[in-house]
Amino acid sequence: MNLLGKLSWSSIPFDQPIIMGTGAFVVLAIVAILSWVTLKGYVPYLWREWITSVDHKRVGVMYFLLALVMLLRGFADAIMMRAQQTVAAGGAQGYLPPEHFDQIFSAHGTIMIFFVAMPLVIGLMNFVLPLQLGVRDVAFPTLNSVSFWLTASGVLLINVSLVIGEFAKTGWIAYPPLSELQFSPGVGVDYYLWSLQISGVGTLLTGINFVTTILKLRAPGMGYMRMPVFCWTSLAANLLIVAAFPVLTATLAMLLLDRYLGFHFFTVDGQGNAMMYVNLFWVWGHPEVYILILPAFGVFSEVVATFSGKPLFGYRSMVAATMAICVLSFLVWLHHFFTMGASADVNGFFGVMTMIIAVPTGVKVFNWLFTMYGGRVRFTVPVLWSLGFMVTFVIGGMTGVLMAVPPADFQLHNSLFLVAHFHNVIIGGVVFGAMAGYNYWFPKVFGFKLDERWGRASFWCWLIGFYVAFMPLYVLGLMGMTRRMQHYDNPAWQPWLIAAAIGALIILGGIVCQIVQLVVSIRDRELLRVSGDPWNGRTLEWSTASPPPAWNFAVLPHVAERDTYWVRKQRASAQQDEPVTQQQYEPVEMPRNSAVGVVNAFFAVVAGFALIWHIWWMAGLGLFGTFLTILIFAFRDEDEIEVPAAQVAQFDRVHEAEVAI
Amino acid sequence: MNVTVAIDAGETPPSASEAGPAPKRIVVAYGFWIFLLSDIVMFSALFAAYTVLRHATAGGPTGAELFNQGRVAIETACLLASSYTCGLMTLAVNSRRRLGTYVGALLTFALGAAFLTLEIREFADMIAQGASPQRSAFLSAFFTLVGCHGLHVAAGLIWLVVMMAQVATKGFRAPVLRRLQCFSLFWHALDIIWVGLFTVVYLMGVAS
Repeated sequence: MNLLGKLSWSSIPFDQPIIMGTGAFVVLAIVAILSWVTLKGYVPYLWREWITSVDHKRVGVMYFLLALVMLLRGFADAIMMRAQQTVAAGGAQGYLPPEHFDQIFSAHGTIMIFFVAMPLVIGLMNFVLPLQLGVRDVAFPTLNSVSFWLTASGVLLINVSLVIGEFAKTGWIAYPPLSELQFSPGVGVDYYLWSLQISGVGTLLTGINFVTTILKLRAPGMGYMRMPVFCWTSLAANLLIVAAFPVLTATLAMLLLDRYLGFHFFTVDGQGNAMMYVNLFWVWGHPEVYILILPAFGVFSEVVATFSGKPLFGYRSMVAATMAICVLSFLVWLHHFFTMGASADVNGFFGVMTMIIAVPTGVKVFNWLFTMYGGRVRFTVPVLWSLGFMVTFVIGGMTGVLMAVPPADFQLHNSLFLVAHFHNVIIGGVVFGAMAGYNYWFPKVFGFKLDERWGRASFWCWLIGFYVAFMPLYVLGLMGMTRRMQHYDNPAWQPWLIAAAIGALIILGGIVCQIVQLVVSIRDRELLRVSGDPWNGRTLEWSTASPPPAWNFAVLPHVAERDTYWVRKQRASAQQDEPVTQQQYEPVEMPRNSAVGVVNAFFAVVAGFALIWHIWWMAGLGLFGTFLTILIFAFRDEDEIEVPAAQVAQFDRVHEAEVAI
Repeated sequence: MNVTVAIDAGETPPSASEAGPAPKRIVVAYGFWIFLLSDIVMFSALFAAYTVLRHATAGGPTGAELFNQGRVAIETACLLASSYTCGLMTLAVNSRRRLGTYVGALLTFALGAAFLTLEIREFADMIAQGASPQRSAFLSAFFTLVGCHGLHVAAGLIWLVVMMAQVATKGFRAPVLRRLQCFSLFWHALDIIWVGLFTVVYLMGVAS
């Protein structure tokens, strides 16, 4: 019996200079960071304050950081693809062989959706939700840490595939029969499947956690129609996670059974049905795009209202539109494969539903515009991202409605027009939203603002770069170029692809500006230091200190209306000479730190890696470790610590100016 | 709701949605309900797959040839009875009777284990006849759907043992009570899924 399963020295591609160079660089960077952390003596601090922290604010920051790091990885893939298609025209083969190019576009898609876009929005929701709801943490703080570390496990596995073995060559959707053992005998698809299964469990637990938080933990007086819109859109997104991610889990589990145990769900033989995979995948996949975009819509709603100095226009219609999208998102999945060969009636139904779902989105756009209308708009960096979003997303939405027409889709299916469309909505919507949220809430997280000048530079690079990179892809799609081409014969496509590559370089400039912005802001943090309410905000997160204490609010706020913090500020300035009532402090119960998340994730990585390489004893060890971790956690006695009232009062005295209202 | 909200005389009491954070017992049970719903969504995907592949027998045996109604009837009886004994256990927990709790748990465990044994026997017999999950898409879907339910039952049995160990070592503390409540929700949910499974797989499978 082979103790290491399929793993051997030949699994590491020593003959590939690009992969080995990248691998060496990443390993060196990790070693450098780890040794710096160790030598400086930061390990205990990191362990105590971050790695084992169950504080939703810390977990949120870690999600966001993870996403930004993975954005670099996914973007490196994008640059490589653009470079390849720039040169591989006519008879030229470019610098990437097909099997490597295939791995790159698969990794790019998988990473950008699961390990960039998802952790970006989940990070924002983690940090913001409990603060906006006026409570001290999410419903299940330890579970939150477990979720984060499971996501990190998936990230680790997908990055290990760069050096040990290979990644899937199937595209990020891994359609069978191509992804079956018969046609993909390597470990690439297994890396894909196990990293998504492990991180998918984390995402599902997040969804359960946040739905419970929003529906069961709100400050006294905060009825549903008094919740900030970001809470509403997060509620819708997390309901979608709960309803959609189990389908992905089941679908990928079926593919795993096909690959590992010779089942016949999607195989060519045994009367398997490959189209069933496509249907099930998109039953998850279409709600997924709304899981990503709805929180972004929430961010824009907060940003637009705050910086226009006005309440959000049409709050009720915004809520109704959000929930309408939540329901309708389950009725459009077939538009991803109109060419499957369903009857005209079926295609017609899903085409019409797709057009209908654009209506509530249109309602939202008008609400944002009317919020700004007549307002005194401050053109800060978050507002720039919001304006860029409104223009870009509307264009992306219109090309989407165009493809909702089945006959048009027959022409455009799998062409670069489609690629341009979904980048148009995901970059223009989700990424712009995440960046708006990042600039908007950063001062709340760290107590100092991000540098405005570099923020603007970054925004303009991203915006211009986006148009230069993706408008040519629309043209190429109409010219007939399909997606995922390692080389092509038509020389007329090359100028457009060169333009697209230049656009990608401009976006690279935007990313560099963001890194510079962060570095400059940290350097000048004393100059950029802010109080609890730097933007003259409207919602409860601005009513506490920046950064907030571990317990968020010394006394849970009492909510009597929408935009409650704004109203309280108005009232306070109107009745300035009223005596300040003395605050009664009580001790605060806080959840204790827990290593269960990170230990559990360690065993998940062990099990995942072992299953990918068929190292059965190690897989058993990993699964047993997971079980044992949870068991030991279940038997611990004290899971809460009490923060004494004096300490809470002391914090409020120090930050009196910030928490006075 | 044991959260105190200051209410001035004459003011109308807040509606349930404005009452402030719910107590932990409610929050935990609610979160677990959401988990159960997500689990049912996962099963619905497996049900869908089974229904699509029901006739994809690839020339192999069909459900009508394979399913043994008698054995499935006993399985069903075991599982439904185990829900009843689980209910008895919950009653004992609510009145803090340790012995009653142990007896209820023991009966639940025995009935669950009987169910699982019968199911494993069914699987073994089918595989011995050559009706393995590798035979056809129909059998792949059958083994996955029924086996996934069986895995849930097995996980429930392990959970039950752990809970009894917690009752023995920690007594009826608040966290233990919350977990027992979640366990009983889980156990009853498995019944609901079995009722669907029994209907779709075994009853409808023999009909056609």
